[in-house]
Amino acid sequence: MSKKGKNSNFMFNTRPVEHQRKKYCRFKKSGIKYIDYKNPDFLLKFVNEQGKILPRRITGTSLKYQRKVAQAVKRARHLALLPFVGDQLK
Amino acid sequence: MYFPFHSSLVYSFGMLSFADFFSVKKNKKMENYQYESVIILTPVLSEKQMEDAIAGYRQLITENDGTIIHEENWGLTKLAYPIQKKVTGFYHIFEFNAPGDLVAKLELAYRRDEQVMRYLTTRLDKHAARYNERRRNGAFKKSNTETEVTAS
Repeated sequence: MSKKGKNSNFMFNTRPVEHQRKKYCRFKKSGIKYIDYKNPDFLLKFVNEQGKILPRRITGTSLKYQRKVAQAVKRARHLALLPFVGDQLK
Repeated sequence: MYFPFHSSLVYSFGMLSFADFFSVKKNKKMENYQYESVIILTPVLSEKQMEDAIAGYRQLITENDGTIIHEENWGLTKLAYPIQKKVTGFYHIFEFNAPGDLVAKLELAYRRDEQVMRYLTTRLDKHAARYNERRRNGAFKKSNTETEVTAS
């Protein structure tokens, strides 16, 4: 755990290994089955300041729900609920 | 006594399934699904014109064997980016049950109508339908954490 764990993480994480919390999928955890594209406030959590969709490795979302998040964000963009490009979204 | 009864049963059952098979074939594309259709109307319309446009689409849905489950009007809402040089729009949401061939007719009407700036029609699966029902009943009114509480 000691050497290998530190090595694989040293580029992305300055925190010591023992302080890391395990990532989890919030949809699985709270049992959300459907992601509403009409709710831009919620979708803002899965988007960075420029309006780009955040990768799974940062949000911890499972693949199944990442696909749904991406779909919802794209629908919201089409309906002008979220911008395609933005500056200082948060 | 047993045998003739049994044979007649088999016969009638056979005829029934035969008829069933044909009726299913004929009505296959008329299968009903639940849809949700969001349109953005241009902000240059007056309140009256907007109501008229929406009433027209409502009629189109009901005339083509659709039943409207729910409607929602967000009124004049700010857009995240300009569309056709407009920064606001009237959002209206139809939720309806209809056969699949209605969607093509509805979207054709949207495209022909210059008042409609954007539209999006999606088919709702069972989770989406349940979510919308809960949303209607005001299960999550608080804006920010609303989907978080959705544990369904």
